[in-house]
Parts: sequence; structure tokens; C-alpha cells
Amino acid sequence: MTPLPWRRERREHYPGMPAWSLSTSRAALEEFHVSRQEEITKEWAYEGADGTGVRVCVLDTGVEGAHPLVGGLERSLVVSRGEDDRLVVTDCDPADPAGHGTACAGIVRSIAPGAALSSVRVLTDGKAGTGAALIEGLRWAVDEGYDLINLSLSTTRSEFQPALHELADRAYFRRCLLVASAHNMPVLSFPWTFSSVISVASHDQSDPMTYYYNPNPPAEFYARGVRVPVAWPGGREIHSTGNSFAAPHITGICALILSKHPWMTPFQLKSVLYLAADNVTALNGGTHVHT
Amino acid sequence: MSTHDPMPSGTAIIERRLLLSIVDVARAVFGAAASSIFLVDEETGELVFEAVSGEGEEHLIGMRFPQGTGIAGWVAASGQPMIADDLLDAPFARDAAESTGYVPSSIMAAPLFRGEEVIGVLEVLDRSTSFRGELADVDLLSLVAAQAACGLELLLRLRHADAAMSGADDVHVLLQRIATRVPRGTRTPHPTALKLLAAADELLG
Repeated sequence: MTPLPWRRERREHYPGMPAWSLSTSRAALEEFHVSRQEEITKEWAYEGADGTGVRVCVLDTGVEGAHPLVGGLERSLVVSRGEDDRLVVTDCDPADPAGHGTACAGIVRSIAPGAALSSVRVLTDGKAGTGAALIEGLRWAVDEGYDLINLSLSTTRSEFQPALHELADRAYFRRCLLVASAHNMPVLSFPWTFSSVISVASHDQSDPMTYYYNPNPPAEFYARGVRVPVAWPGGREIHSTGNSFAAPHITGICALILSKHPWMTPFQLKSVLYLAADNVTALNGGTHVHT
Repeated sequence: MSTHDPMPSGTAIIERRLLLSIVDVARAVFGAAASSIFLVDEETGELVFEAVSGEGEEHLIGMRFPQGTGIAGWVAASGQPMIADDLLDAPFARDAAESTGYVPSSIMAAPLFRGEEVIGVLEVLDRSTSFRGELADVDLLSLVAAQAACGLELLLRLRHADAAMSGADDVHVLLQRIATRVPRGTRTPHPTALKLLAAADELLG
């Protein structure tokens, strides 16, 4: 069986012609791992998994790699202006001048200790450069083939919407899941509002593995986001509240699922997240209503 | 970090009183030790204290922090509200806080938007224990932030108008300013602007 169809060159019938259709009366469909997703529970989804084999990228303020709750980084990068004033992604020290990225990385690590974590610092170029740096960092991470990208940030600038949209779709088809935090202010922002990403808002319970499906999009899931114990630069720990800290819980849970079921594509993974959510597993076959 | 009075003396006007009243309300609603509004400097991206209620209100106005530092810096850069608690153990946050003369154990912060752009940050330090719960606190803070954003936008408009007016009674200053604004190359200025300049030329002659 050919590994990883989403990373393969496109099939061609004739040179330069994409062969999207398939003559199924003559040719065999390609093989792939199948799950009917009939009896999916949390146990089926991620029991025994620790995230091993899954590569996660945190796009944020940088990550303090030496923090005990982060436990080291695969790579640490920064988006900055190069010689010709173009944005470039380069390796940098695993440091975090603001604290936010370290907090997010620590949450992913606490749930998926076996996952490989990388950091791309995109929030350093001042307010004018934020959206452009986000796009550059995201493009890099998608091309690098990370399985999951945690985006506990968004941009409100509509000029970046088309580029972000295109990138989010491209990530989707490369089996690179974007997990984005919902924005709680009355402004339109991206990319958490795109259907190709997993968008996360907060619930106010204390169990890190408890999460809920929200049938009223665009925020599709609720995860722990209130008084979350998080890693903070200087090797410290504080408690923090915000949707920013809910998203990395779902990123961590996705890392567990992908490490146990590496053949899952984004829509399957989203379905598994739905099926294993606390307000869905409890009522298999029924309708979830408040009692 | 530097201090300076961002407003010329004698212009302690209604726009500034509006900002002050908003931080007073924020402080009262949350039973907090202090509340402040930062402006994001358009040129440098620094955060500048514009209004303070409570701890530090006498000396903080005009104080600046480099962009991207601390919780307010992240909120300004990301446009997302957040709460950070138990900061007394975090020496990193202390550095910035200590320079203000007050080290909080908790910070709530929300961005202030003008359209798609973050122009400032509203902070509340050491809110009293909430019976509303943190999620409702963040929502309430965001509501106050919407008001603070309007106040800050009014103040910015006033400043831009002041800056545009300064020197307007000196014809040479005015002409120089116009000359620097007229686009070079093939682009022609707005037809109405051209007509006005022609009229001014006639009048001055």
C-alpha cells in the first residue's frame, strides 16, 4: 500500500493533465485504511496514544523550549524581514518574549507528551506586520508537512482573507489540520471562521480532556479555557483564561487521535472529534438536550 | 521606556475625560485595584498609557512599553482578550509591572478596535474574586472595551485635527505641507484640490 496519499504527486493520464476522475469500471480503486466509525468512543479514538509520530507546529509568540512543561522543541523559527524587506522564516533561539506561545505549547505537550513540537514566531513584527507574518509562517508550516498547526490567534484584516483562505484549503488537502481559537469580540476575524479548520471556544470546567461539540458554528468545539494552568517563560506556571488556551487542548487531542490512526484525513478526524465529544458519546443514538 | 505628556497643556478635554470615566467604570465594575487604557503608537507600535484609574494614576500617563512585550503586548498583536492569574510568581511579567510601581497578581486585557485595526488595549488589574465566572468577566471586559475603543478613536481624531491645524495660520508652513503631500510622478491630485489651489493662488496674488 502506498503511504500518505495526500503527500503524493497527482496522478496524470497524459502529461500535464490532472486526472481527477477515475474509470472505476476498468481500474481498481486505490487501497486505503478504512474505519466505518460505527462504534467510536474516546477509547477507540485515542486510548493508549501519546502523540508519538505526530508533528505539531505552534504559530504564536515563540516558545521557551527549555521550559519543563514544554520539554524541548523539534525546531524553533521566526518570521522576520530579510535583506530585501521580504518576510523570511529562519531558525531562532527557542525563546518567547510575550509568554503566550509557551503557554499554548505546554498545553499541547501536557496532552500529547510524545508529539514533536515546533514553534514559529509570527507575532513579533509589530501590529502592521502581524497578518503578513502569520501568512508567511502558516505557508511555511503547511509546506513543511506538519500534521497539526495550532493557531491561538487570528487577524481582523480583510486584506489577508483570500490568502489565508487559500492556505487553509491547501492545508486541508495536505492532511494538515489547522486548529484555531474562536475570537470572542464582535469583530470578524480569520482563519477560525473558515470551514476547513477546527475552531475552538472555551468551556469553564477543569478537566483538560473534557470537550464538547457545538452544533451552532462557527465555533465547533468547546474545550478547557478557564483558569488553565499554563507554562510561562522563566520556567514558571500561571493560570490563564481565554479561547487561546482552549485551542491547544483540541490540538493535543487531535495529536493523540492521529498518532493512533495515522490514516485519518481532516474530515474523518473532525468526525471522530464529534463522535468522541462528551456531549455526543454520552447519548449515542439520542438527541442531546439539556436536562 | 520614556515619559512625556502626550497632550499639549490646556487641552484636558472631554475626549480625555471620557477615557478616564471608562477606566473608572471598569475598575468599579470589577472591584479592581486599577484599570488602564493603552494606545498603540502608530509609528513605533509601542504601548502608551493614556488613561489610568487606581494604582499609578498620578504618574503613569505617557509611559511607554516596547511592542510585543507582556500580556498587553500580546493582546495588541493578536487582537484576542485574555486573563492571566497568579502572576506574582512570574518574574517575567514582574519586570514590566515593576517599572509601573505596582505588581499585580492578575491581569485582564482586551483589544480596542478601530475597524479591523487594534488601536489600543484595556487592562484591569487585580479584579476582586468574581461571582460571575471568568467567561462572563471576559465578555463584560469586551463590552467595556467597545466603549473604550470609541473613546480612544475620538481622542485620536482630535489629535490628528490638532496636528493638522498647527501652523495653519502661517502661509509658508501651509504651502510646505501641501508641497510634501502632492504626489510625485504621473499621479495627479484630486481635481477639487487642484481647483482650490488655483483659487488660493489667485487670492494670494
